[in-house]
Amino acid sequence: MSFTPDIRLFSCHYTSQQGCANEGKELRELGFPENIRLTRVPCTGKLEISTMLKAFEDGADAVYVVGCPVDSCHNVKGSQRAAKRVTAVCEMLQELDVEPERVRMYHLDRGLHPEFVDAGKEMNQDIEKIGPSPF
Amino acid sequence: MIVAERKPLAEILDMVKDCTKILVLACRGCVTVCSAGGEREAEILASLIRLGMKKNGRSCEVIEGSLVRQCDREYVDAIDQWQGQYDAIVSTACGVGVNFIANLRPSDNVFPALNTTFFGGSAEQGIWSEQCAGCGDCVLHLTGGLCPVARCAKSLMNGPCGGSVDGRCEIDPDVECVWQMIYDRMGRLDRQQEMAKPAPIRDWSTAGHGGPRKQVREDLTVS
Ligand code: SF4
Ligand code: SF4
Repeated sequence: MSFTPDIRLFSCHYTSQQGCANEGKELRELGFPENIRLTRVPCTGKLEISTMLKAFEDGADAVYVVGCPVDSCHNVKGSQRAAKRVTAVCEMLQELDVEPERVRMYHLDRGLHPEFVDAGKEMNQDIEKIGPSPF
Repeated sequence: MIVAERKPLAEILDMVKDCTKILVLACRGCVTVCSAGGEREAEILASLIRLGMKKNGRSCEVIEGSLVRQCDREYVDAIDQWQGQYDAIVSTACGVGVNFIANLRPSDNVFPALNTTFFGGSAEQGIWSEQCAGCGDCVLHLTGGLCPVARCAKSLMNGPCGGSVDGRCEIDPDVECVWQMIYDRMGRLDRQQEMAKPAPIRDWSTAGHGGPRKQVREDLTVS
């Protein structure tokens, strides 16, 4: 069954800055999936576990987070904290007997790189394969 | 503080499987400090219960609330504010809090969201360790402030068992032998000679072996 997943992306201000320029026009031109809804946060370290869970409650099929590289986070340890919280959500999904791949962390350099688009495409393809959220 | 950790979600979901309205009740005391059952954790748990119930095909309304503490009558009475909005309370307090709700609210269903683990402290962020077992007859004045009841695997009173190796406990090399620590510390404090005196046989009745313990402070009670 093919379906268009509802994917929520939380990205830090710095990593997504250029991607958001011109209302995401450049992102779209690069083939960034349109079904991914981007929420910018000042720092991914500020992202709460409950916010990611809420996204699932609101119908997301997957949630992913893009923050700075581990060793060069603008806020020093923000993206490391985010990665820990993503892992916690991953474990919670497993407790609920739900595919842990539905939540993921990417550490990417600042600016609009092909990797940012690739991450979105990868997430989209994987979730298309896994199927709709069981919630 | 009292240290606790969340129970496996499947266990909690099984407790509430027949409920249609749940109040997840946080405690802003010890369990907030040990990040097990404060408002943040209650919010997460409420979300997980909603997701779990939905996945299991059950509809359920889950609200969140919090009390300053769940181990004092005056705060527990504040549960009245949610009257009619729940058919069960899932408490994220320690076992004391759950007992207090059960004591004071005879017709409310209350379930524990946490396993209460020990009295401990956090020397490093995210890591807690047991320090006291609440034995009711403290001997820390004899042991340089380090507790042999809680921190010796055998709760020995007169020195190490003989199984420790390089200052590590024989139950697990990751555990320090508290008697080695006591010996070293008493040496640093120039008090090692005090350790030559045998500790008297303990009366463990204060440690809960004589039934539930109770404490009355006449100067504080007003009838
Ligand atoms: S109910 Fe338990 S966790 Fe809450 S303040 Fe009292 S002792 Fe601490
Ligand atoms: S001797 Fe008893 S009261 Fe004192 S720290 Fe150890 S367990 Fe706690």
